[in-house]
Amino acid sequence: MTSLSVNHLLGIKDISKNDIELIFETADYFKEIINRPIKKVPSLRDITIANVFFENSTRTRLSFELAEKRLSADVINFSSSSSSVKKGETLLDTINNILAMKVDMIVMRHSSPGAPHFLSKHINANIINAGDGTHEHPTQALLDSYSIREKFGEVKGKKIAIIGDILHSRVAISNIYALQKLGAEVMVCGPNTLLPKFIKTLGVQVELDVEKALRWCDIANVLRIQLERQEIKYFPSLREYSIYYGINKALLDKIGKPVTIMHPGPINRGVELNSDVADSDAAIILHQVENGVAIRMSVLYLLASNKTPLN
Amino acid sequence: MQKKLLLDHQLFEITIQRLCQQLIENHSNFKNTVLIGLQPRGIFLADRIKSTLEANLGDKIDLGYLDITFYRDDFRRREKPLRANATSMPFILEDKKVVLIDDVLYTGRSIRAALDAMSAFGRPELVELLVLIERKYTRHLPIQPNYIGKSVNTMQSQRVQVEWNIQGAKNDNIWLINKTDTE
Repeated sequence: MTSLSVNHLLGIKDISKNDIELIFETADYFKEIINRPIKKVPSLRDITIANVFFENSTRTRLSFELAEKRLSADVINFSSSSSSVKKGETLLDTINNILAMKVDMIVMRHSSPGAPHFLSKHINANIINAGDGTHEHPTQALLDSYSIREKFGEVKGKKIAIIGDILHSRVAISNIYALQKLGAEVMVCGPNTLLPKFIKTLGVQVELDVEKALRWCDIANVLRIQLERQEIKYFPSLREYSIYYGINKALLDKIGKPVTIMHPGPINRGVELNSDVADSDAAIILHQVENGVAIRMSVLYLLASNKTPLN
Repeated sequence: MQKKLLLDHQLFEITIQRLCQQLIENHSNFKNTVLIGLQPRGIFLADRIKSTLEANLGDKIDLGYLDITFYRDDFRRREKPLRANATSMPFILEDKKVVLIDDVLYTGRSIRAALDAMSAFGRPELVELLVLIERKYTRHLPIQPNYIGKSVNTMQSQRVQVEWNIQGAKNDNIWLINKTDTE
């Protein structure tokens, strides 16, 4: 197989294990490229990509933009805070206006779950979901699994605990799909108020005690407490969360076995993760960031590769 | 099935030896020369050239593998995309003499892509091209090899197939076959 089974990357749920493996294999080659003296290939030179961000982002947006530029694509950036969305323009109108300027691919982040799925039914460009509300964040899940594959050789058979705010996390949902498709065992861990009721139906184990979760897992993917999505209080205070769910060196020492620490960023230092863990050798957080560029190059390249006549 | 033997394993070996002698004439001790095999099929020839040269010269010779998939000019034009291969270039090419190595030269488009791909590793002093089989009168671009194993007249409907012993074939052989017989 040399091409993906889909025309858009909307979520991990929609793609197959073969798709994920093809993305990983292609990312291996791009990782070599981004470590060269000249980190650029001309593959996407006749392609224009719009990064459309209706929600804030630092690393995802930078990572996509860098991936696009490394592939020689033309890039335009759009953020809703400085656009006509503020004047009441609909999503479809906004995107159609961007497409009228001859854009081939759309990378979109939106606060509404399903926004990219809606778009994919109405427009004729490849869409990559860069996060839709609390639903999916497929490229993050791909780079997380890829980082595990890089460190351990394979994802199959590994035990991964996703710890923290599962309720508001698109990273958690996409990670669960990706890891399960690749044959890993997944556990979620967090306070009851931050675990969605349906989570067990995804076939994951649920654990409330972070120490037990750490004893069980090979890899802990620690999620950020998303303060911006919490209109109501889900726990009494950040200090209390940190006492019960924060991961620090003393806790890891107590476990007495190596646990690899991942975090999709940005870290709330001293809340879900202490600096003595985040900056230690156990953490592969910066590898995740580096791999993010290679994974996004791979996804963009593969989605763009279907036959398209010049006109 | 029409299948014509272009080089049997004896001639194959003689040809490799001759190509290596020609390389030594031009590059003497290979101190400032590197070999680059093109993925996916040029690397077997490059490996053989390297080991033959090393046996002749008694010295290590630098060899890299270059994948050109991301530099091709037919991206988004093919019915099926091509699968990429690994690039391994453990040296930079700045001011080096480079011998590009591929098994068959046909349209020349792969070589154009390779010249483009190489530039990511520095500006070489000189680039030469070595091929085992040159298909005559089929070039789409002004590209000619410096070292040729054998030049052959072929038709568009034909394909040159290089069989390598190390890849599981019984002998090293080169065949000219009709495409319809293989597809």
